Formats: sequence, structure tokens, C-alpha cells
Amino acid sequence: MRLAGFYLCVVVVVLLPMVFPNNYFVTVVGISAGLHAILAVGLNLLMGYAGQISLGHAAFFGMGAYSSAILTTRFAWPGVWAMLAGLMVTAVLAWVLARPILRLRGHYLAMATLGFGVIIHVIMVQATSWTGGPDGLTGIPPLNLLGWVVDSDTRWYIVIAATMLLAIWLSLNLIDSRIGRALRAVHGSEFAAQMLGINTSRAKTQVFIVSALFAAFAGSLFAHQQGFVSPDSFSLTISVELVTMVVLGGMASTFGAAGGAITLTLLHAGLVVFQDYEMLIHGVLLMAVMIFMPQGLFVGLSQAIRKIGHGLRSGNRP
Amino acid sequence: MKTGFWKSIITATLLVVASLVNAAEPIKIGSFLTVTGPASFLGDPELKTLQMYVEDINAKGGIKGRKIELIHYDTGGKAQDAVSFVKRLIQSDKVDLIVGGTTTGDTMAVIPDVEKEGIPFISMAGAVEIIEPVKPWVFKTPHTDRMAAAKIFEDIRKRGFTKVALISGDGGFDKSGRAQVLKLAPEYGMTLVADESYGNKDTDMTTQLTKIRASGAEVIINFGLGQAPAIVTKNIKQLGIALPVYQSHGVASKTFIDLAGDAAEGVRLPAAALVVAEQLPDTDPQKPVLLAYKNKYEAKHGPVSTFGGHAYDGLMIAVAAIERAGGVDRAKVRDEIERTKGFIGTAGVFNMSPQDHMGLNAAAFKLVEVQKGAWKIIE
Amino acid sequence: MPEQLFQFLVTGITVGSTYALVGLGFALIYNASDVVNFAQGEFVMLGAMAAIALLGAGLPLPLAAILATLATVGVGLLLERFAIEPALGASVVTTIIITIGAAIFLRGIAMLLWGKDFHSLPPFTGDAPIQLGGATVLPQSLWVLGVTVALVVLVRLFFNRTLIGKALLACSFNRAAAQLVGINVRMMLRLAYGLSAGLGALAGILIAPITFSSYEAGVMLGLKGFSAAIVGGIGNPMGAVAGGLLLGVLESLGAGLVSSGYKDAIAFLFVLMVLFFEPTGLFGHKAAERV
Repeated sequence: MRLAGFYLCVVVVVLLPMVFPNNYFVTVVGISAGLHAILAVGLNLLMGYAGQISLGHAAFFGMGAYSSAILTTRFAWPGVWAMLAGLMVTAVLAWVLARPILRLRGHYLAMATLGFGVIIHVIMVQATSWTGGPDGLTGIPPLNLLGWVVDSDTRWYIVIAATMLLAIWLSLNLIDSRIGRALRAVHGSEFAAQMLGINTSRAKTQVFIVSALFAAFAGSLFAHQQGFVSPDSFSLTISVELVTMVVLGGMASTFGAAGGAITLTLLHAGLVVFQDYEMLIHGVLLMAVMIFMPQGLFVGLSQAIRKIGHGLRSGNRP
Repeated sequence: MKTGFWKSIITATLLVVASLVNAAEPIKIGSFLTVTGPASFLGDPELKTLQMYVEDINAKGGIKGRKIELIHYDTGGKAQDAVSFVKRLIQSDKVDLIVGGTTTGDTMAVIPDVEKEGIPFISMAGAVEIIEPVKPWVFKTPHTDRMAAAKIFEDIRKRGFTKVALISGDGGFDKSGRAQVLKLAPEYGMTLVADESYGNKDTDMTTQLTKIRASGAEVIINFGLGQAPAIVTKNIKQLGIALPVYQSHGVASKTFIDLAGDAAEGVRLPAAALVVAEQLPDTDPQKPVLLAYKNKYEAKHGPVSTFGGHAYDGLMIAVAAIERAGGVDRAKVRDEIERTKGFIGTAGVFNMSPQDHMGLNAAAFKLVEVQKGAWKIIE
Repeated sequence: MPEQLFQFLVTGITVGSTYALVGLGFALIYNASDVVNFAQGEFVMLGAMAAIALLGAGLPLPLAAILATLATVGVGLLLERFAIEPALGASVVTTIIITIGAAIFLRGIAMLLWGKDFHSLPPFTGDAPIQLGGATVLPQSLWVLGVTVALVVLVRLFFNRTLIGKALLACSFNRAAAQLVGINVRMMLRLAYGLSAGLGALAGILIAPITFSSYEAGVMLGLKGFSAAIVGGIGNPMGAVAGGLLLGVLESLGAGLVSSGYKDAIAFLFVLMVLFFEPTGLFGHKAAERV
């Protein structure tokens, strides 16, 4: 059943640029939406399944991005190696952080992740000789994948779309795996899960690291796609936006997270025309969706569809 | 008789159609500004200025009969949004020219796309690296941060001081200004005895200033933007530090004086002549331009700001270039912008060249001091 | 050097008391509903901006302050009625996102109403700095500190001694049980939001003469207030104040003794360490989870 949804995604993603060729919304906004989706799917593993709130996810995004940026511009490393280095650094840091942070609960966990995010952001702004300071690093070379240079919006669409589909597929499989079931048990009741013999702290640590890796990978792609990185893209505001995307779409739902990310990205691009009123409208829409569909857009919509389908079917019975 | 009559009808119709066809093709000027967000006090007057003058030009018939259509987006200060909006301007909106880029971060981020596409771009951001090294399609209208630092150091040297304390924020403007101060200090024989930093949203800098007081500094330079410099200035007075204070052109506006109150007395900074327009001698060619802009802006929007002035300069240089080029052919317009000579703007007199895509010299900056709550020229 | 240190401490306490004042508002709503109200910073901003606008319209400062506070209380009540109440059964996370949406909404309105510039309020008793043994402090900062202390005492009395206060606490412990004993949960929630908004507005009006205000002012204040409330132990008003003062002092000492550029990082590093050793904050209740 879940895989059916996945195949639908694949079809949509492939058809989109063919149905709307040369459309700014598909290529440029689509790339942005795809990146956000990868981030949201990763964050959802942490938030939706392991029940841990993270207000510092943008920090991992930034670590991947800056690793790629610094290694390719200052040390002339090839893109792929820089990306791998970024992933390794992130994994190590996530592993070091996981134990102490995951002992915390609820708002305290949120605070700790927030603090972590702020610390990373401050380093990005202040360590000017490494990170280029508030204006960041420019001149990041295009990504070279075994000879295929990703240097146009179309090619980036392909790369990001493929990565997003991969992320969704991984997430779906993870949830259905032993680790996933362990996580869901932890979310349900950590105490009960421990009673059942599940090593909850190991499960939580693993998902924390996986979630961080999703973000770091997206960060590296982001750096090459933009050609520059700056701390603005990795601030607390971004972390909060990511959490919003996951909750908006529907926590504990991979498609929900991806859907929430894509919706919010499109919304932002579309609302721009309202200029000064954009903030207002954005706030109202956010409140409205959460009030009327508290389980998230995706879950709410699928429930609504199911209800309609049910109503149609029962209406047909004599 | 009849053929003459029909001839004139046909001619008239043809003329009308021709002018309609011409007029139906507006000149599209694209813009991306930080109208909301932390740098909104920069982008807001820029947008208002652009809108005001586009309307004005269109009311007078446009450029050679063609109206200007201004398409603008708000980046909210996020450089990645700047890039996607520039792509939108180029691909979706198909603009002929871009006047925008409130902050250095936004501007630097879009340069690769602008260069790749080959579209003239006039930026309103400060850092010197925008035009150094020169990029064929990129121009800018404000003075560089290097010029600001140089102007400040010249005055400090005149007053006989050598020990300088620097305090700056965590924004792009602050950091690039700081880099210029650090670089230029030895050239003017200055020693930097303190280099403190604050967050642009911070509300109290007495800790940093206490360190500066103990450093033996003779002069304090605050390179910053927004409300923080006003807080720094007030804190300096609060701590009773009686050293001369220099600000940057980032606070050359009435808001700074309003916020800092009496603490602003005696503060000096380099500023575009716009803030002291009335004090210029009547023979100064800049004066009529400045007063015209100031009166027009203030009638509609309240106190004028130098940032709005940069937008005026950018727009007018672009318009003049389009007129000289006789159309919107991008390469021709670019060449004409590069040939801008003797253009009197709010920031000074512009003389561009293939090596200088800004066109202002140090004389365009005036050194001003706050006296009795108002700016006074010191030259 | 000791003289410098004293100034660092004094600065830290004055800055920290602004965080503490904002943090109190977070504590109130959390006590009534388990929800962290991300729009608390916007209440602070609204109080300040409204007072500035009324002052600019010609009203004397005390009247402007009172009206601005009442107006913000009104906003808090409206927020509760139209955004929080309709979603009363939803999860904590969902409600938090609603408050985030509300914060964005309020910021948008403030921007449209009052523009993008920075504004200031005149200080209550003048600008002349007061000398405290080598360090200086502004009279307005003493106001902030004094009012914070008074408010903490009042809030504590409210929760511990008055019936309404206890009823409010009961709502967050167990909503169903509270209703069963006859507590009108909706009324309590409204009260909490109204009170928090009022507290926030008061904080904004007290702080604005020192820190200025703009439509964006709520973001940073909200962040610091939130941090203060959590570090101190969320729900404990005394904890919010302790957390706020600690945060302020850490920032100031970090800037003064180590590096002014990294002060925020240093402060949060200490916050993280506090949390690692005291997982429920400095003065938080040791949480007992029902299994």
C-alpha cells in the first residue's frame, strides 16, 4: 500500500517537467521544494517516529553545506569527496551529541537542540576566515558526478528529484524495519519499550544520526546547487520552518513530511506577490490548517478522501 | 480631395497603430530588495523610491514613449531567495535590466547568474568586492565600505589620534566594513587596540565598551547598521567614555539621531550629501538634484534615507543608459551604463569606466557631525 | 580588572532581567496548558509598539502604557478564543505550530500598522546613569529589575495562594480531572493568555526605552525569554527569572572574559551543560511520567 504511494510520487516527479517545460516553478521552486522535502523526511524520522523535537535541524543541513563549500573552495577537493567528508563529520558530531541530548525530554530536548543550532550558527557567522562570515562563501564549483557536471537547472531537478525519491524510499523502508518498529515503540511509550527489551537509547541515537545524515547530504547538494552558502540559510528560523513543514504535512507520515515541505515551499513562492501582506497571510494560513486539520495536511486530506470514498460507496448500496 | 482624405486617415491610423505597438511593449525593470526582515529599513525606502520614480517617468510618457514596468520581489534578507528571484526575473518575467540587491550578501549571491545570463545589473549594496574585480554586467551605486573607512581614517589622522578601537556587529555590512578598517588601519598609521563584536539584535553593549575603555583607545569606530549603533552610542555616554566616536554611513539617517538622543552629539560619520542637502552651497551641482529627491520623497513617505537615494541613482543611471542606447538591447545598455559620465546623483557625481563600475570618488562622501540633533557638514 | 568584572555582572543582570520578564509570560501559559506560546515575544513587541504609537498620537506616557497593555491583553484573549480554543483537543506540537502561525500573523500586522523602522520610548525617570561602585546602570534598568522581582512575587502568590491560580495549575496537570471538579477550563485558558499578554506588554513597555522596538523585536526577545523559561525549569516562574538572569550574566561574562563575537555560543554552551546535569532545568519539577 505504501509503495503504491511511492510509485505515484515517482510518476508525478518524472512527468512534471514534461508537462510544464521551462517553467520556473517546476525547475527552480521545485528544486527548493525537493531539498526541503529531503530535510523534512529526515526530520520526520526523528520527530514523528521517535517523538523527539529538534529545533536545531538546520545546523546539520548547514554542516553538510559548509563542509562541501569549504573543502571545494579553499582546498580544491572534488565535490563528491567533500560531500563524503561532510557526511562523516556530521555523523560523528551527531553521535557525540546524541547520548546527552536524547536523555532530555519534551521542551528541554527542544531547548538543547535549539542551543546546539545557535552555537553552530554563531560559528558560521564569526569564524570568518573559514566560513566567510555573514556573507558566506561564493564560487562553489558545480557538482561533478563521475564526469556528468550538474550545471543547469534541469540537471539539478533530476539530481534532487532522484535524491528525494531515494530519501522517501529509505524512510518508508526504515519505518517498516526492525529499527522502525523499535522507534515506534519508543514513541508510544519509552518505558514500555524498555520493558520489552528494546535498547531505546541505541534506537534513538541511530535515528538521530540517520536524520542528521539526511540533512547533511541535502546540505552538500544545496551548496553546489546554489554556488554559495551563507549563515542565513541555516538559522533558527529555518529550523522552525522545517519543524512546521513536518507538522503541517502530518507527523509520523513520510509522505506527509514531504508534502508539507513542498506545500510550504510553493506557498512561499506563490505568496510573494502579496508583498507586505505575505507575512499576515502566511500566519493565517498556518493557523487555519493546524486548527482545521490538526493531524496535518496530508493526514487530514487522506482522511477526507477516505470519508468521501466511504460516503460514495455506502450511498451506492441499496 | 478624397484620396487626400483617405491618405491622411491611413497615415493617422498607421501612426496610432505604430505608437500603440511601441507603447504596448513596456521596458521591464526587475528588482529584488529586502523589503521585510532584518534589513527592511534599507529595502523599504529603496522600493518606495523606485516605485515613485517609475510612476513619475511613466506619467511623463515613459522612455521614448515606452512605459516602464517595475517587477520586484522581496527577499526578506535571505540570499538564497535572492537567487531564486533573480532566476524568476530572468526566466519567467523576462526583464531587460535589474536594479536591486539591497545587501552585499544578496548581491554577491546573484552575480554568477547575472553574468551567465548577460543582463545589466545595478546593485545598491556597499561592499567593495561587488565591483572589484570588475564584472562586465555588474555595477553599483553606493560608496564602498573601503571609501567609508578611508574617510574616517583621514579625519582621525587630521585630529592627531593613532590608537583606534573598533566595535562592529554580526551582519554582512558590519563584517565587511570591519575587514576594510583592519586592512586600511596600517596605511594611515593607525593601531587597532580593540576589536569587539556584538549581535545586531543585542540590546546592551556595555560589556564590550568596558573592555574598550580599558584598552587605551583614543577613538572609537562603530561600523554597523540598524538600531545597534544607536545603542552603542547611548552606552558610550552611559559609561561616561569621553572619546570621539565615528559611525559608518550605515546610520546616516534621522532615525539614528532620534534613537540615540543626546548621546549622538559630536558623533562623526561619512555620509552621502543627501542628509545635509540644505547646507551645500547653492553653486554645488548636486544641490538641486538632492533637494528635488528629498522634497518628493518626504512629501509622500516621511524622512528621507540615503538608501532610498541609492535606488534613485541606480534607476536614473539605468534610464539614462536606455535612452542613450535607444532601446533595451542588453549589450548596448550595458555599454551605455559603463559610459555614464558626469551623472549627478544623490550619492555624488558618477563617472563610470570599464575599470570602475561604481563611478564615485572620495569627494562624493561628506564628513558630517551631529550638532544639536542635526547633521552638520565638516569639511 | 575586578572593576570591569563588576560592570560585566551588572550588565549581565540588567540584560538578564529583560529576558526574565519575557520568560515569566512563557511560564504562565505553560502552567495552564502545557503549551509553549511562541507568540509571547510578539505580545512584548505589541505592548511596546502600541505604547509608542499612542504616545506619538499625543497621549501622556502612563495613559499610553495602560491602554497599550489593555490592547495587548485583548489581542491575547482574541488569540486564545480564535486560534487556541478551536484546536483544544490537538496535540501539544500542533498547538505550538498554531502559536508560531499566530506570531507570524501578529508580526505581519505590526509591520503593516507601524512600518519597518525602529522606535523608542522615553525612559520613565530619565537617562542619567547611576553609579554603583565603579559600574554604571541606567535608571530604566532598575525599573525593569524592580518590576521583575515584584511580578515574580505576585505570580508565585497567585499560583500558590489564590484559588484561581491553583485552578489554573490544575488545568495543566490533568484537564479532564479539572473539569470534573468544576473548573471552567476554557475560562482558565483565556485567563492565562490574557495575563500572559498583559505581562508581555508590560515587559515590552519597560524594556523599549533601553532596547528600542520594531515589528521584528519580538523574535529575539521571544527566543531569549523561551530559553530563560526552559533553563530555569519550565512552569516555575522563579525558574524563569533565574534562567533569565543566568542567561544574561553568561552572555556578558562570555563577551567580557572570552570573546564578544562568540558570546551567544558560550552562553548556550553553558545552557546545554545545565540541561545535561539538570534535565528538567534549574528549578523544574522532576517530571514523573505515567506509564
